[in-house]
Amino acid sequence: MPAIWCWINTMRKTMQGKAWHKYLLSLPPMVYLLIFFAAPTLIMLFASFRYAGEYGGLAPWYLHEEGRLTLDLTLENWQRLLGTDIYLRLFLKSVGYAVMTTLICMVMGYPLALTIARSDRKSRDLLLLLVILPFWSNFLVRIYAWMIIFSPVGALTRMLNGLLDLVGGGPVTLMYSPTAMIICLVYVHLPFMVLPLYANLEKHDLDLLDAAQDLGAGKWRRFWLITWPLSLPGITAGSILVFIPVLGMFAIPDLLGGTNGIMIGNVIKQQFMESRDWPFGSVLSIVLTVTAVAVVLLGARLGQGRGGRG
Amino acid sequence: MEILDLLEIVDVSRRFDAFLALDRVSLQIEAGEFFTLLGPSGCGKTTLLRLIAGFDQADGGDILLDGKSIIATPPEYRPLHTIFQNYALFPHMTVAENIAFPLRMAGCAKKEIQSRVGEALENVRLPDKAGKYPDSLSGGQKQRIAIARALVNRPRLLLLDEPLSALDAKLSEQMQLELINLQKDIGITFIYVTHDQSEALALSHRIAVMDHGRIAQVDAPSRLYGYPNSRFVADFIGKCNVLAGHVREQQGDCVTVELDGLGPVHVCRSETNFGVGSRCALTLRPEKIRIGRFSSIPGASDTMTSMSVADTVSPLGDESHFTGYVHDLLYLGDVTVYNVTLSNGILLETLLANSASGRTNFFEVGDRVEVAWSCDAGHLVLD
Ligand SMILES: Nc1ncnc2c1ncn2[C@@H]1O[C@H](COP(=O)(O)OP(=O)(O)O)[C@@H](O)[C@H]1O
Ligand SMILES: [Mg+2]
Repeated sequence: MPAIWCWINTMRKTMQGKAWHKYLLSLPPMVYLLIFFAAPTLIMLFASFRYAGEYGGLAPWYLHEEGRLTLDLTLENWQRLLGTDIYLRLFLKSVGYAVMTTLICMVMGYPLALTIARSDRKSRDLLLLLVILPFWSNFLVRIYAWMIIFSPVGALTRMLNGLLDLVGGGPVTLMYSPTAMIICLVYVHLPFMVLPLYANLEKHDLDLLDAAQDLGAGKWRRFWLITWPLSLPGITAGSILVFIPVLGMFAIPDLLGGTNGIMIGNVIKQQFMESRDWPFGSVLSIVLTVTAVAVVLLGARLGQGRGGRG
Repeated sequence: MEILDLLEIVDVSRRFDAFLALDRVSLQIEAGEFFTLLGPSGCGKTTLLRLIAGFDQADGGDILLDGKSIIATPPEYRPLHTIFQNYALFPHMTVAENIAFPLRMAGCAKKEIQSRVGEALENVRLPDKAGKYPDSLSGGQKQRIAIARALVNRPRLLLLDEPLSALDAKLSEQMQLELINLQKDIGITFIYVTHDQSEALALSHRIAVMDHGRIAQVDAPSRLYGYPNSRFVADFIGKCNVLAGHVREQQGDCVTVELDGLGPVHVCRSETNFGVGSRCALTLRPEKIRIGRFSSIPGASDTMTSMSVADTVSPLGDESHFTGYVHDLLYLGDVTVYNVTLSNGILLETLLANSASGRTNFFEVGDRVEVAWSCDAGHLVLD
C-alpha cells in the first residue's frame, strides 16, 4: 500500500513535468496489483477480526441492536493462533521443509547451473531446454507420476527393499513419508533455483578466474573467492523462488505426505474449504504472507551485500 | 659463468585446428628488459602471452624461465603475472583486497599484507582509494590498481596485453610515461603486447615484430626503424616508401640497385650480401628524403629547398636525384607531407618541416619538384 501512495505522489509531481507518459505504462500492472493483491490482502486482514458465518463464510461485521449500529469484531481468531503451540509447530515444520528443500536445490542446482553456464553455446541451449522441460507437463500430473513411483508396489520401492533385504534391513515404505515429500518438493522446485543461478553465472567475466589463477589461486580458492561471492545475487534469487512456494505448498503434502506430512498450507486450505472457518484461515494466511515478505526482505539485504556487485 | 636469459622461448608452436597461430617462435628475453611483442591484430601476440602465463599449452617447443622449463607448471605456480586488457579487477573486493589477493594466496601474514598493500598504493599514487570498489574508479586508476596488484608480490616477469588500448589518447600517453618510469624503478622484466607501433617504439628496449604467427624481426626500436629486415617490418613500423628493384652490383657494403622504372641508385652501409640480379626493395623513410624546386639547369641544385631551407645537394654519386610532380599534400602543422609522383608512376611520400619563419606550404599540387636522398639514407631488403 505505501507503494501505491508513493506512486500517486510521484504521479502528481511528474504530471506537471514531461515524463508523465512513462508512468502511464506502469498503470496497468499497478491497477492489477491493486485489485488482485492489495485489496484482497486488506479484505483478509479485516476478515481475520470477524466471526465465522454459521454456514461458513463470514458473519456480518455490524449488528442492529435497538436501532443502533454496533461493530461486531473480535480478537478471538488471533487468540486461537497464540493460545496453542500447534500452529507455531506447523509453521516451524513448514519452514523446516522450505529450508531443507532450498538447501538441497542449492547443492544440486549450483553444479548444474555452473556446468550449463560454462559449456559451449550449442549444448548450453540444449541443457537449458532440458531444465525447463518438466514445465511442459502439468504440475499435478507430475506429482501423480511420483505417487506411482513411490507406491509400495512401484519399481523404486521394490528395488530399494530388495537391496535392503540383501543387507538384512527391514522393508520401508516411501509413500507418505517426509522423504517422498522432500524428493518431490526438490524435483518440482529445482528449475527455480537453476534458472536464476544460470542467469547470474553466465554473465561472469572468465578473465577474473584467469586473473585469480595468475595471482596464485588454485581451483578451490578460485571458486570460493571469486565465483561463489559473485553468484550470491543468483543464489538469493533462486532461494527466494524456491523457499516461498514451498512454504505455502499444500498439493504435495496432500498427495504424498500422508497424515503426518501436513504443512501450514494444508491447514489454511482446510480452514477455507473443509472447516469453512474463513476468519481463522485469514489469520494463518496473514502470518504466512508476513513470513514470506520477511524472507524476501532478508534475502534482498543479503543479495545486496558485496556479492551484489558484479 | 654463463649469463642466462631470464625467459627463453624455444621453437614454440600453437595450432588451432588447421590454423597455425604460432609457428616455431623463438625469443630470448633478458632480465630487466622492457620487451614488446608488436604486430597487427590476429598475428598471435595474445596466444604467445597466454602460453607464457600458462593459460594455454603449446603444441611444440619449450619455455624456460631462469633456464628451467616451466611448460608443466600451472599458472598459479609461475612467478609471473599478467595485466589483462580489461584489468580483471575483482568487482566484489575493495582496492586494498584486490591488491592483497596475491599476498593472501602466498600465505603472507596479515601485518605484512597490510604494510605491503599500503606501500603498493603509494607506489601507484592512489593511497586514498584503498577502501573503494573497482567500479568507482576511472580507467586510468583501474589500470594502476591492476599494476599494483600484479607487482605487489614481486614477480620475475610482468606480462601486459594491450593495457593502454582501452584508454583515450591523452591518458594513454601519460600512462606510457608512467610505465617507463615504473619499469625503470622496480627493474622487473616487462613483456608488453601491442599493435600500436608508436607505443612500442616509445616504450621498449627491444621489440619483436610478429607477422602471421612468426617473428619477423627482433631489435631495438631505432634499429628496427632504421634497418628493417623486410618489406613487412618497414611497412609496419612508421611510414616508409618501398621502391622495388634488383641488385646490379655489390662492392663490400655498397650496392648498386636498378630501381624499376627509375634507374640506378647507390646504397651503402648495407649489412646483407645480396646476389647480383636478386630482387630487392629500397626502404626510404619520408623524413630522409629531401625535396626541392625543380631547376632546369642540370647540376644547379642549389635551389633545393629542404629541411634546413638553404641546404644544398652534394655531388651526384652519393646522392640520388629524381624529378616528379606534387600529387597531393597534407598540412599537419609542424610538418607538411608531400606525395610526389615519380616518372615511373610511383608515389613517394616526403616530409618538410614548416620551421622557416612565415612559411608553411613550400609547394602546391602540380608543382614540378626534385627529390633526393643520400646513399646511406635508404635501407635495402630482400624482396
Ligand atoms: N582459442 C582459439 N581457438 C581458435 N582460434 C584462436 C583461438 N585463440 C586465438 N585464435 C586465433 O589465433 C590467431 C591469433 O590470435 P591472437 O593471439 O589473439 O592475436 P593477437 O593477440 O595478435 O591479435 C587469430 O587468428 C585467432 O582467431
Ligand atoms: Mg590480442
